[in-house]
Amino acid sequence: MIRFRLNELEIEYTGHPGLTLMEYLRSIELFSVKYGCDTGSCGSCSVLVDNNVYNSCMILVESLHGKLIETLEYLDKKGEIDELKESFLDKGAIQCGYCSPGMLISLVALFRINNQPDESEIRDTLAGNLCRCTGYVKPVEAAQL
Amino acid sequence: MKVVGKKTQRVDGKALASGKPVFADDIPKKDFLYLKLLYSPIAHGKIKNIDISKALALEGVAAVLTHKDFKPHYYTTAGQGYPEPSPRDTMIFNPVVRFVGDKVAVIAAESIEIAKKALELIEVDYTEYPAIFDPEKSKDNEVVLHPEIKNDPFLFDAQRNLASRITAEYGDPENAFDSSKYVFEGEYSTPYAQQAHIEPHITLTWLDEHERLIIRTATQVPFHVRRIVGEVLDFPISRIRVIKPRIGGGFGSKQEILNEEICAAVTLKTGRPSRIELTRKEEFFAARSRHPQKVRIKMGFDEKLKITAIDLNILENSGAYGSHALTVMSVTSQKVLSLYKAPNFRVHADAVYTNLPIAGAYRGYGAPQGFFALECLMDEIAIKLQVDPFELRIKNFFKEGDEIPIASILGEGREGFKMILHTTGIKECLHRGKELMGWDDEKKRLNQGEIKQGVGLAAVCQGSGIPGIDMAAAFIKMNEDASFNLMVGAADIGTGSDTALAQIAAEVLEVSVDKIIVYSSDTDLTPFDTGAYASSTVFVSGGAVKKAAEKLRLQILDQGQKLLDDPNAILEKGKVTTGKKSLSYEEICTKSFYTEFQMQPMATASHLSYDSPPPFNATFADVSVDTETGIVTVNKIVSVSDCGQIINPKMAEGQAEGAIPQSIGMALSEYMIFDKKGRAINTDFDSYHIYTAIDMPEIVAEFVHTSDPTGPFGAKAVAEIPINGPAPAIANAIYNACGVRIRELPITPEKILRGLGKI
Repeated sequence: MIRFRLNELEIEYTGHPGLTLMEYLRSIELFSVKYGCDTGSCGSCSVLVDNNVYNSCMILVESLHGKLIETLEYLDKKGEIDELKESFLDKGAIQCGYCSPGMLISLVALFRINNQPDESEIRDTLAGNLCRCTGYVKPVEAAQL
Repeated sequence: MKVVGKKTQRVDGKALASGKPVFADDIPKKDFLYLKLLYSPIAHGKIKNIDISKALALEGVAAVLTHKDFKPHYYTTAGQGYPEPSPRDTMIFNPVVRFVGDKVAVIAAESIEIAKKALELIEVDYTEYPAIFDPEKSKDNEVVLHPEIKNDPFLFDAQRNLASRITAEYGDPENAFDSSKYVFEGEYSTPYAQQAHIEPHITLTWLDEHERLIIRTATQVPFHVRRIVGEVLDFPISRIRVIKPRIGGGFGSKQEILNEEICAAVTLKTGRPSRIELTRKEEFFAARSRHPQKVRIKMGFDEKLKITAIDLNILENSGAYGSHALTVMSVTSQKVLSLYKAPNFRVHADAVYTNLPIAGAYRGYGAPQGFFALECLMDEIAIKLQVDPFELRIKNFFKEGDEIPIASILGEGREGFKMILHTTGIKECLHRGKELMGWDDEKKRLNQGEIKQGVGLAAVCQGSGIPGIDMAAAFIKMNEDASFNLMVGAADIGTGSDTALAQIAAEVLEVSVDKIIVYSSDTDLTPFDTGAYASSTVFVSGGAVKKAAEKLRLQILDQGQKLLDDPNAILEKGKVTTGKKSLSYEEICTKSFYTEFQMQPMATASHLSYDSPPPFNATFADVSVDTETGIVTVNKIVSVSDCGQIINPKMAEGQAEGAIPQSIGMALSEYMIFDKKGRAINTDFDSYHIYTAIDMPEIVAEFVHTSDPTGPFGAKAVAEIPINGPAPAIANAIYNACGVRIRELPITPEKILRGLGKI
């Protein structure tokens, strides 16, 4: 039996062994996790696993025993993205919004270890989140709280 | 103005930033069938035999559909106005396959996993035909891609592999070239490039309780989806409802009926809800891309360096089917001939079939290909004649009041409409860009050792919607708390058009934007709109919203005057007032609903424009070329546009900032590679490189102000114009840096080193 914590829930997973975390999260309607590429390249399916950013399409649920997984829904509920969200809205950093949850997840991971990141640290952090709408100009600006 | 041109947050921003379930696939999927497509592994051939029995026998497989399940019917997947000017050369499944990736069958199963297993159980025998991969060899080749199509008025000549042809002539180009002081000529080419929206194509279909077909799909063209699915499946439009939720980017790729018909067919066949989503790999070969073009331009000049004639020759590779084939190269021609005034010109454009993936609409729609050619050639001419590249351009630009002759000669698949240039800020764009780039500051550029730095520029234009064709409608109704429901067919695909349209309505009605509740788009609930393409939404759909809001404003005033019993009462600041007595919007609406002069204040309007005012742009690039490795680094891009009155400054900047890396990609890193058998080999984001946050140069995006009399509040289009400039500006900057002229995109390190004579 695989046991892990997902947001505020303790999960005992007995499902398909080949399921990726992305497939699992979307199947239980945590829709902030998006499909974008299958190869861990785009970052749309980003989640936090023990405070680190992971592309959930690259992880099997089976491998998560004992881990803490956080999705954007949970961070939002906790109020952890309030300031970032406001800044993204204010700076016009959201266009289609498909990659935005992944960007916010990456930035939360950064802010947990560094609350005053500079522009190059922000760019490094967002390098794993492909965005085709913004050219990253406004997201990078918005992350400089 | 209080709202238009002012900082306004996106109306859908909060939901998007919170990861709320707003996209097509974000709904519970109880009882859904999962669809997977079987694709042709060969570039050209005929299905001799297809055996689906083993796949059908697999537990969990609900249906397998092939060409045998459909009556032969030819249509086009291009989501354009009706009748679409693209060839009818596509069948839902065709016994002849024409590229690696052509659709052969669809499996519908209880899970994706089962569907994938079933794919391997379908047995297909092909008779292989020779294939054409080189567009130069397509015309009049003995291999014919669509020999069976005889009487399609939208297919130029099937027997010659000519999907489409355009010819146009103005004045006497022959004579003009003969008497020109200078004549220059160059040939430039652009590759297959991907739109690469992060949300893939995703469609869900089901039958509702009234047996109506619901299509929830990531599309730019909900009304074209409804019409074409109805046509292909011979199913009444009255029983189809297309819902466009939030869309994760489109850039033209979703201006296509790309799986909606297949998903709907499965639902109609099985009665089950169905879901089809392309994987990223499939996006690369089975969706659409930018038409590769070879553009040959000849330009004549007189002794004063005024253009005497332009000859434009285009060879466009349409891939295996002709989706958007005609109209993309017609936009190439229109836009190239709308920037500089040429008293004589000639256009000859051929779109040919090849056994490669299907090209389609991609932001810029032919203009990026055309301007890469035109603006590189202008750079070469300025250098050869040793004249100032600004002066050479400025003396040849169309001026306000000029007629742009190509507009009436060449429309969208037919003659166009007369166009007078009412506003142009192109000179201001050039001057401002030059300043922002520090163009004259040559000393600051590195020119020692192996790293060479250089600058380049390009001047470009686009259109604002398709004149005389794009039609949009809006419906607006009032609520008793002085809020308004704005229902538009216009498809916000992530551009922010819902917000821009809300701003237009708010400006007219003199309320704040939060009072406008926008809904887009749903073919049951919102009025018609041709869709989100050709940079049309703010200009055309915005025109409809403005008219509807103006009508409603008059109704509110009329109700207020009646309620106040004073025909001279006026509407201002959200109330109707006689000066002494006034009624708020809330009071007017509540009384209108429940007590006096009862009615629903509401209005509808449609809008179509015969004008398509060009937005203009000047783009500047600063690059460094490593002459040892051939690697080009873009240091800075300055993009200054004239888009008329800007409706939402942050969103407009965002359009430019997002378009620029797409064009840098086309210039340097983005192109599809095919092997000898026509298979696309770089089909993921690791091998097809789109720009990331750490690859980006410094971006400066600004706008100069004009106010076009034909657009809502003076607006022209924003969406496409900023994508046209970066690629030619970069190519010109590379020449400036190291003296290597690359006329064929992408500009790879190998080509640079070859140009330097180092390999």
